[in-house]
Amino acid sequence: MTSEEIILAIKDIIQTIAPDEDLSELKTDVRLRDQIELDSMDFLDIVMELRKRYGVQVPEEDYKELATLDGCVAYLTPHMQGKTLKVGV
Amino acid sequence: MSDTRKYYKGSTDGKAPFHGDPLEGIEAAYDVVVVGSGLAGLTGAVILARAGRKVLLLEQHYNLGGLATWFKRRGGHIFDVSLHGFPAGMKKTCRKYWTKDIADSIARLDGIRFDNPQFRFDTEFTREDFVHKLQTVFGLSQTAIEGFFAELAQMDFYSNSGETVGELFERHFPGRNDVHRLLLEPISYANGSHLSDPAIAYGIVFGNFMASGVYTFSGGTDRLVKAMKAELERLGVEIRNRVQVDRILVEQGRVRAVVAHGRTIACRAVLSNANLRATVERLVGQEHFTPEYAASVSQVRLNNSSCQVYMGLKEGESIPFITDLLFTSSAARFDSMELCDLHTQSRTFSFYYPKTRPGLERYTIVASTNAHWSDWNKLTPEQYEAEKAALIQRTLTSVEQYVPGVRTKIEHVEAATPRTFEFYVQSPEGTSFGTKFEGLKPSMTMHEQVRGLFHAGSVGIIMSGWLGAANYGVIAANKVDAWLHSLVEVNA
Ligand SMILES: Cc1cc2nc3c(=O)[nH]c(=O)nc-3n(C[C@H](O)[C@H](O)[C@H](O)COP(=O)(O)OP(=O)(O)OC[C@H]3O[C@@H](n4cnc5c(N)ncnc54)[C@H](O)[C@@H]3O)c2cc1C
Repeated sequence: MTSEEIILAIKDIIQTIAPDEDLSELKTDVRLRDQIELDSMDFLDIVMELRKRYGVQVPEEDYKELATLDGCVAYLTPHMQGKTLKVGV
Repeated sequence: MSDTRKYYKGSTDGKAPFHGDPLEGIEAAYDVVVVGSGLAGLTGAVILARAGRKVLLLEQHYNLGGLATWFKRRGGHIFDVSLHGFPAGMKKTCRKYWTKDIADSIARLDGIRFDNPQFRFDTEFTREDFVHKLQTVFGLSQTAIEGFFAELAQMDFYSNSGETVGELFERHFPGRNDVHRLLLEPISYANGSHLSDPAIAYGIVFGNFMASGVYTFSGGTDRLVKAMKAELERLGVEIRNRVQVDRILVEQGRVRAVVAHGRTIACRAVLSNANLRATVERLVGQEHFTPEYAASVSQVRLNNSSCQVYMGLKEGESIPFITDLLFTSSAARFDSMELCDLHTQSRTFSFYYPKTRPGLERYTIVASTNAHWSDWNKLTPEQYEAEKAALIQRTLTSVEQYVPGVRTKIEHVEAATPRTFEFYVQSPEGTSFGTKFEGLKPSMTMHEQVRGLFHAGSVGIIMSGWLGAANYGVIAANKVDAWLHSLVEVNA
């Protein structure tokens, strides 16, 4: 998966968790928490969706790597290799 | 009081006997067996089902919901047991993990009132209103109030100083028992917190709870639990009531099966929603845990239990709107021990108007107090009946002060005690709110002891109440799912 696709994948997951948020203006280098309302339960949901959709298991000690979209790309790129983007599921 | 009014025995009136085999037709093996259908068990089950896991949910009672329950009595009375109020966050939790319909039925309470010898007012139950009251009613300075809130906000789960709630209050508001009462009394009713509990547990709960109002479920607990059941069925969860799980079988440090009704049902994971201590000591057996862990669990203190008095108004009778939730006490000073006393003068009233169950023109009132198991358990049958009757009388006298003449409108009244709660959900000592703070760690690390064994349910004060239990179900289900995922990877 490319960096753009990973961002799309994450945004699509966030959209299912926070259906009322507008994600079009999200900056990739600013903490997600500081741009939209995401609490620790929401981060857990992102982790669960990654496992469900892409079979990617993020261990608890790595949750902090997902704080920004850039962080997501950096952390997930090796894990998402060869996986196909699933949006709107 | 009329002679026709009926007192139910409470701790002995029947769970209905079952007919036939409640496990008929189940499969030989599941990915995960969820033991218990409290809000943590139900919510854990829904997450695992959505993750595509094969789930069996076993509940010993004939209803689902655990303490989130209701019961009916002749005369068209429906009583809710734990629908007094929950924090705003429940709406988001239901929206994300349950259904839009469930979330949309969550409505804010219109009225919350305190009435005790130290203060008396209505409150919005929001952060702003508490600040306002602390200034105008209690005469505190803005700096003192902000200092307190600032400290709560930066309290961190991992930096537990060992300070108690009482010490925290005394540091910020020395000698102000009235302020301590305002800050703790509602939370004591919501999760059994005492002045002697760790300040950290209080800090975490306060921010969620006394911040943006109190909410309820429109349609009543029965409607909520039925909607949850329907969603679980839609997702293919196999649900069986009246099934007591007797054992969780562990071999070589790993969960293999549960035993219920003489059957062994294979599974790769168990999510236990039974009480923490019951899970370790009764269902699994201490021998399957390290001695240190088993010892730490046996030392976990249970939280207190409750008493309730349920009052149903005769069909056609009504009362004017007073408030929804009333924290009342005639005790001169606030004291955590007084709150749990056998003859406590402190109780909450929940008033249920037709808006609770739209379409039904009915009124009910439920009084709740905190209570100790030991006070009620040691009574002889005669003493027990006498104490229950006295509790009912005290409650009726109290409610008359707020709703003059209501006694004559009440058609059905009955009381529940710690023994009633123990009987219905099998929580040791009838605990209403799980365990004290120290229960959190063994609950969260159970799977490190026995692979495939997870716990979710009221523990540690912070994971208690409807919202805490539901969210904990999600947290635990995430771990269960990760474990099942890791098994697939190994096999592949
Ligand atoms: C009187 C009272 C009033 C309350 N009021 C409120 C309130 O207004 N707001 C609020 O948020 N919270 C309230 N609470 C607290 C709240 O109800 C509980 O914290 C929450 O419902 C607990 O959920 P749980 O998942 O931990 O487990 P529980 O509700 O305890 O459920 C555990 C389930 O497991 C089942 N079980 C146990 N062992 C077995 C076994 N071996 N086999 C099969 N099944 C088993 C039990 O039958 C039960 O159904 C109140 C509690 C009480 C007692």
